[in-house]
Amino acid sequence: MSIEIRNIRKNFGSFSALNDVSLDVPSGELVALLGPSGCGKTTLLRIIAGLETPDSGSIHFYGEDATARQVREREVGFVFQHYALFRHMTVFENVAFGLRVRPKETRPSDAEIKRRVHELLELVQLDWLADRYPPQLSGGQRQRIALARALAVEPKVLLLDEPFGALDAKVRKELRRWLRRLHDELHITSIFVTHDQEEALEVADRVVVINKGQIEQVGSPQEVYDHPVSPFVYQFLGNVNQFQSHIHEGEAKIGDVGLKLDAHHDTQNSSALAFVRPHEIEIYKERHGDSAAFEADVHYINAIGPLVRLELKIANKVELIEAELTQARFRELGLTQGEHVFIYPRNVRVFLDGQHTGGYIQQI
Amino acid sequence: MPLATTSQHSSYQNKVASSRATSEPVWIRWSLIGIVLLFLSLFLLVPLAAVFTEALRKGFDTYITALTDPDALSSIKLTLIAAAIAVPLNLVFGVAAAWAIAKFEFRGKSILITLIDLPFAVSPVIAGLIYVLIFGMQGWVGSTLIDHDLKVIFAIPGIVLATVFVTFPFVARELIPLMQAQGKDEEEAGLVLGASGWQILWRITLPNVKWGLLYGVILTNARAMGEFGAVSVVSGHIRGMTNTMPLHVEILYNEYNYAAAFAVASLLALLALVTLALKTFVEWQVARNASSHEKSFN
Repeated sequence: MSIEIRNIRKNFGSFSALNDVSLDVPSGELVALLGPSGCGKTTLLRIIAGLETPDSGSIHFYGEDATARQVREREVGFVFQHYALFRHMTVFENVAFGLRVRPKETRPSDAEIKRRVHELLELVQLDWLADRYPPQLSGGQRQRIALARALAVEPKVLLLDEPFGALDAKVRKELRRWLRRLHDELHITSIFVTHDQEEALEVADRVVVINKGQIEQVGSPQEVYDHPVSPFVYQFLGNVNQFQSHIHEGEAKIGDVGLKLDAHHDTQNSSALAFVRPHEIEIYKERHGDSAAFEADVHYINAIGPLVRLELKIANKVELIEAELTQARFRELGLTQGEHVFIYPRNVRVFLDGQHTGGYIQQI
Repeated sequence: MPLATTSQHSSYQNKVASSRATSEPVWIRWSLIGIVLLFLSLFLLVPLAAVFTEALRKGFDTYITALTDPDALSSIKLTLIAAAIAVPLNLVFGVAAAWAIAKFEFRGKSILITLIDLPFAVSPVIAGLIYVLIFGMQGWVGSTLIDHDLKVIFAIPGIVLATVFVTFPFVARELIPLMQAQGKDEEEAGLVLGASGWQILWRITLPNVKWGLLYGVILTNARAMGEFGAVSVVSGHIRGMTNTMPLHVEILYNEYNYAAAFAVASLLALLALVTLALKTFVEWQVARNASSHEKSFN
């Protein structure tokens, strides 16, 4: 089912949680609402579920206005961050709950309920836990039961609020792959909220980046990662080095280093933010060609894992620059701590103050 | 009755880890325990023993006669009636108030909480007087009531009203912190799964607080049967008509009929013991539930 969100606003007292948010979620997609805590993403999810009412705006399910519809009539499945399993019921009764509370006319028979619950428990691979109580399960198991319970009522939309937020890193990784596979199997329109960019980029078909109650960017994980439209998105997705810079006729000055841009040729004397990703930095021990370079000292080396992380310190600057090299390149250079090096940004993206689009250069 | 205390779940948290690093030297521990035991026996055990010895001093037959005396029986009956009305009323009220306070945000919430505590703050005698002022012969609505042949003060309705008033906070006070701690995630989950308000109350909220609820009911019942001050003001002490057990004990005692007074008092003491046993059982259940919940894997 497709969901359309139209001009939703929501204030809590004087705090504006959502400010004119509009979004289309096409049928069958798995969409991530990504943003820092307090950005309004959970509020948006709860408004879609009907657990909160918007101050203005509307929600349409499949073209029909559902804004005034009660939670129970929206046919959504909701998975809570802290599972919210019924602690006094067995796993079986938890999953069966949604079927048992139906009015007599639509309630399935006991045998049918039993069959459906076991089917769902098999789907989440926890059939053997049917007689346990929630407190006896691990976090990952509880979350899967919560998902089975939400699916039991055959919802048209599945909403997940930080579904893996309370789990440890390893379980979280397993579970989010599992969720992706499950979605590919069921094709139910799903929206999940997360503050973990890695999770959003790995699991979702589309990522909606939210900041301060507004949508910053919507796109495929590839799009939002490769072409962030705002400084916020750039900073929020992945590691990034940020510089204050000065743009004049197609050149970005950072400190006394001038970098040629392939945009902003007509810009006169404006200040801007420049971003460089750590893996888009080349490091040489000697000057290399004519391009502008920063001179810096190697401040710290972390060579654990497939990538080597360097912290570089430019003379007279407080902030450190982060760079990532492959192990092969690192060995080739033979860098040691304290060594003097030349830094060549391969890809710089600048955002003029108050503007959302940026130009970038490619060197070397 | 020594039961007019609010429980603060003190015994819910009585699992203090004992390690040598955090414990006191032996002599301190034993002197503390000794002081507590001495205090308990002086102020609780000796009086309790005295009640039963005095009651049986003139033999078991006198004891039975004192209890089967028509006036005594009538006072027992009235006490049971008052409790039988006050307990269910305050059960319903307590659940409703706790549900509203713990699960919803609304204006005047703190005023409501203060009002619920009012019966604890006000002296029971004052509570009784309030009803006399309202329903008494010279009261605001007293004369109208009497014109319609309705008697509240110096009659059973007054006693029930006074009992309801003083036992008002127990259930609500017991449930509010419990429900607040549990949050409303489970209720919201039920709502999304299609349950109605009633279904959520019966299938989710109440089962989650059942032990706290039972605890509140036990306390309410104990206080309802043991209440003296407020009931004394509105009762009028009409023998065989408006005397509850505590009032009957007082009358017998004032008439120097010690054996009978202590016989009826022993019934109240027995009730207290039963209440304590029930309370311990409920607390044990709660602790057992809590520890089984701790057996989770993470």
